[in-house]
Amino acid sequence: MDVHTTAYRVANSHDFFLNEEEEDGEDERRRQKLLEAISALGGKRKKTLGERSEAAVQLSEFSVNAEGEGDKINLSDLIGSMDKTPQVSAKTRKQLKTLQQSNRTVESPLSKQETERIQRDVAFQKAASEQLVFPLNQEAPGPKPMERVVTGWKARTPLEEEIFALLSANKQPIHDPILTPQEEVSMKAMSLEEAKIRRAELQKARALQSYYEAKTRRERKIKSKKYHRVQNKAKRKDFVKQFEEMVKSDPAAALEELHKMELARMQERMSLKHQNSGKWAKSKAIMAKYDEGARKAMQQQLEVNKDLTQKLVTAVNDEEEEEEEEDEGGDPEVLPDFVNDAEQGVDSSNPWMRGKLSEDPAEKETSEIVDLTAEEESADVEEEEEEEVKETEEEALLREFDSRRKRRQALIPVISLDDDEEEESKTAAEEEEESKTAVEEKEESKEEEESKVAAVEEEEEEEEEEGLEETLMRIRTLEDTEELLMQEESAADEAPVPPPAAENPPPASQPAGTNKKRKRGIELKQVLTKATKVIQVPLAHTVEDAEDSDDNQEQRGLIREAFAGDDVVSDFLKEKRKQEAAGKPQVVDLTLPGWGEWGGTGLKLSRRKRKKFRMKAAPPPPRKDVSLPGVIISEKRNRSITLHQVNTLPFPFETHTQFESTIRTPLGRTWNTERTVKKISKPKVVTRMGAIIEPMAREELMKDRNQATVADRNSVNSGKRKR
Amino acid sequence: MKVKVLSRNPDDYVRETKLDIQRVPRNYDPALHPFEVSREYTRALNATKLDRVFAKPFVASLDGHRDGVNCMAKHTNSLSTLLSGSCDGEVKVWNLTKHECVRTLQAHEGFVRGMIVRFCGTSFFTVGDDKTIKQWKMETPGYGEEEEPLNTILGKTVFTGLDHHQKDAVFATCGQQVDIWDEQRSSPIRSFTWGVDSFSSVRFNPVETELLASCASDRSIVLYDMRESAPLKKVIMTMRSNSLCWNPMEAYYFTSSNEDYNLYTYDMRYLNKPIIVHMDHVSAVLDVDYSPTGKEFVSASFDKTVRIFPKDVGHSREVYHTKRMQHVICVKWSADNKYILSGSDEMNIRLWKANAAEKLGVLAPRERQASNYNQKLKEKFHYHPQIRRIAHHRHLPKSIYHQSKELRVMKEARRRKERNVRKHSKPGSVPVVSEKEKHVVTVVK
Repeated sequence: MDVHTTAYRVANSHDFFLNEEEEDGEDERRRQKLLEAISALGGKRKKTLGERSEAAVQLSEFSVNAEGEGDKINLSDLIGSMDKTPQVSAKTRKQLKTLQQSNRTVESPLSKQETERIQRDVAFQKAASEQLVFPLNQEAPGPKPMERVVTGWKARTPLEEEIFALLSANKQPIHDPILTPQEEVSMKAMSLEEAKIRRAELQKARALQSYYEAKTRRERKIKSKKYHRVQNKAKRKDFVKQFEEMVKSDPAAALEELHKMELARMQERMSLKHQNSGKWAKSKAIMAKYDEGARKAMQQQLEVNKDLTQKLVTAVNDEEEEEEEEDEGGDPEVLPDFVNDAEQGVDSSNPWMRGKLSEDPAEKETSEIVDLTAEEESADVEEEEEEEVKETEEEALLREFDSRRKRRQALIPVISLDDDEEEESKTAAEEEEESKTAVEEKEESKEEEESKVAAVEEEEEEEEEEGLEETLMRIRTLEDTEELLMQEESAADEAPVPPPAAENPPPASQPAGTNKKRKRGIELKQVLTKATKVIQVPLAHTVEDAEDSDDNQEQRGLIREAFAGDDVVSDFLKEKRKQEAAGKPQVVDLTLPGWGEWGGTGLKLSRRKRKKFRMKAAPPPPRKDVSLPGVIISEKRNRSITLHQVNTLPFPFETHTQFESTIRTPLGRTWNTERTVKKISKPKVVTRMGAIIEPMAREELMKDRNQATVADRNSVNSGKRKR
Repeated sequence: MKVKVLSRNPDDYVRETKLDIQRVPRNYDPALHPFEVSREYTRALNATKLDRVFAKPFVASLDGHRDGVNCMAKHTNSLSTLLSGSCDGEVKVWNLTKHECVRTLQAHEGFVRGMIVRFCGTSFFTVGDDKTIKQWKMETPGYGEEEEPLNTILGKTVFTGLDHHQKDAVFATCGQQVDIWDEQRSSPIRSFTWGVDSFSSVRFNPVETELLASCASDRSIVLYDMRESAPLKKVIMTMRSNSLCWNPMEAYYFTSSNEDYNLYTYDMRYLNKPIIVHMDHVSAVLDVDYSPTGKEFVSASFDKTVRIFPKDVGHSREVYHTKRMQHVICVKWSADNKYILSGSDEMNIRLWKANAAEKLGVLAPRERQASNYNQKLKEKFHYHPQIRRIAHHRHLPKSIYHQSKELRVMKEARRRKERNVRKHSKPGSVPVVSEKEKHVVTVVK
């Protein structure tokens, strides 16, 4: 019920009261008159009558009523009795005293109507929800147990009875809660606490595992050879100890271990590592004559070799080997690494044949950086080599790479030059394309603004356009819609086109500043940096075979021949210059030949006349493409685009930027993630098929604010109450 | 030895079932999509065009009445049931899914003036020109049983309208006065008069269920509270209102259909001027009904068209007409928000779609997504002239087209004259009166 009706009720009752009161009042007056008359008869005896009135009229809602109208109650009046009553505790007394001393008055509470209104306001302020789902009070979807759907249902037919008998025989649940005895048991089997503890344990175990993994990973990454040596030694010791114990305690497991070791040794023998046939070994052999250290190193290597290739193996050495291999990250394999390696020198130009197949791509990428420091690094490598004796194979490989790189470097300039050319032409093409788009877009934006500026005064017509455009034409096919557009176009052609806003051109900086995203012109710097960057990656490109390149040469020649006269870049520049020239204002010549001077052919104008009668127009504002060498921005109005553009700022928007930003945000899944698309494209009103939508119930209005409601704030605010 | 190969996790690119959409990895960087606006514009344009092409709102026509359809009533519980009363006193019950009449009964002599289904859906009430109120069972009488009303109340005067309370066993009729009846009693429990001799329609507020409103022949709309002994308020307009309908979702708003070709939406708390004037009809508006979502309403007019208006917009979003449809007398919006029913003079009831281009039936999820997306696109670009032009284009019969043109000219002339008068008189002596204020004469309390 709303305020008005109550108001009415009050008013009505008030009327009623008034009528009654009027009658009463008349009686009262008569009585008063009579009394006066009587008193006048009596002379002096004048006595004021104690008046009694209806309390209801002036009763305050706080139910504190002063005796007289103007009387004020003091606090002291109220607590005066405190001193007389001994029952009052000292604490209360103290509190009241302090209260008496403080001058601050408590604000009187709001009137009942007001508080109620505020409460209602709070209760009814519903956020205008984005999406409404009808019907408003839907039941949760999904299957419901039979018991909930049909209450008081009994098995009647024999089939039903049979089914129920079967269910009860198998201890299947018939009533709520629907759990079989087994399920109940399983529910009881593990309590919540237990489950929690279990979960915590599992979590802990998982955490420990991950710590351990992280630790080992870290250790494996440590490059220090010494660290690993120490580590290995410790491990070896450990292993020997364990093995000895194992022999005593568990001979079967020990035998297994032994077998493993044997296998490892065999692999080592196959790989022919630690023989002095490697490059390093050879160089050492040369040096051994003069160098003590080298001789020692060789000796050591030979020893190792002997150790490894002996038929009877000490488990220790083998273990070490295993460790080593694992350090390299390789799996234990029967075949040695270099079997897979391509034979070098067979085809140096084939990039696929150069280098090992297992070569890291990451290494390739970074190799350009390596190039620069190759010399230093190789020097470093050499130093390291002298230190490390056992890593010869790796060193050899490294050196190999180095040499290859050097060779490739020699090739690089050629390739990169080629690349450069390609890159340039490519960028040029791109530039052109992009410039086109940029031009179009700029035009568009400019056009929009122009049109907006031009057509502001047509707002009255706008109001009429709000409705349907009713015509005698029917739309049946897509072609009809096209026709509709054509009509429009012709109409637009007929209509006087508002003059391009030359007198107040839109500030150029404004659109450029605001829609950075739209304007995607090329910035010179960006292009340049890109180009240089590209040159720096020489390894990504391949060297063609001789015949291939020959083919290419031919083709290139052909292309060159075909496009002999086409110089795209200079054409573009010419075109641009032409456009610029066309845009410049013409000099208006107002001289009259022979006026004030001699006339005739071949005569020169005097300076004075030239100065006076040749009018130079003011220079136009700078073109937008001045700073963009690869772009032509046409600032002409394009009618075919105008037709599709909004020519006035639509109503709710206040600035162009607001409107443009709404247009600029894409909605489709091509530009947005699935979730965003779903969120954006939610329909405002959702109805369920075949569901009756009941009118809003008053209880619905009182519901939680999150619930979708229809009543907007205004309609609800001014009060609704339950009665 | 380590061989490094390109390896991808199949989870990243293989769909789980063949019903899923293929995964397409995308780079959403806006810098890579310079043409997003123009592409979306094209999509929006296409969507709008297709919308128009697929706009086939007419679903079915229910024929069987032997006189003009004068009133209709929706069933409260069943979507597929519709009741209609004609000018010869016949009431028909229709099955909308089968498009057939399931029951016919001769309810009254003369017009069936009003009809309403009780909130429980088990019975319905009719009033007619024979001064009777009859209550009927919703069920068809069995074989051999006679078609007899459950209850008949003889009134003193002709009843012109009827409405039932949302939850209680109380209904209201209008005629010479507005009466509130208890279902159990044969005399009204309350009668309201306010110096008027006849009312044309009465409606209960569906939310604030104790409130009523009625349209009177003295060009006024009167508000009542069922619990009060006197009417609350009335607003007198320049012309008579034919019927009104409360917004089922916003308790304070109602829309009245007027003889002056317009509809007026009022806030019952501020009757001194309507909130919105809905124009577009070119003849008297006879009936109005809100959509159950409260977002739109449909109006039936003497100009042989049905129009759909958004509740807060001054012009219609849709106009329905067919060659054979004559003056539309009554109109209803179905309770599932999908259909519109119109009863007209030439004895037919027509079933329309509420959204002309909407696909009926179940939509596959992807279909729904696509339609949602298209809808949003249309919304986004609806300021663009071409899209607007296509979306707003409607075909109209010649007569209505010319009439609306004429009306526009008349309106413009009136406006021009007023402007001239203002120009040539003392400033301030001819005040500017807004369209909303023009149509309200006074509010009587």
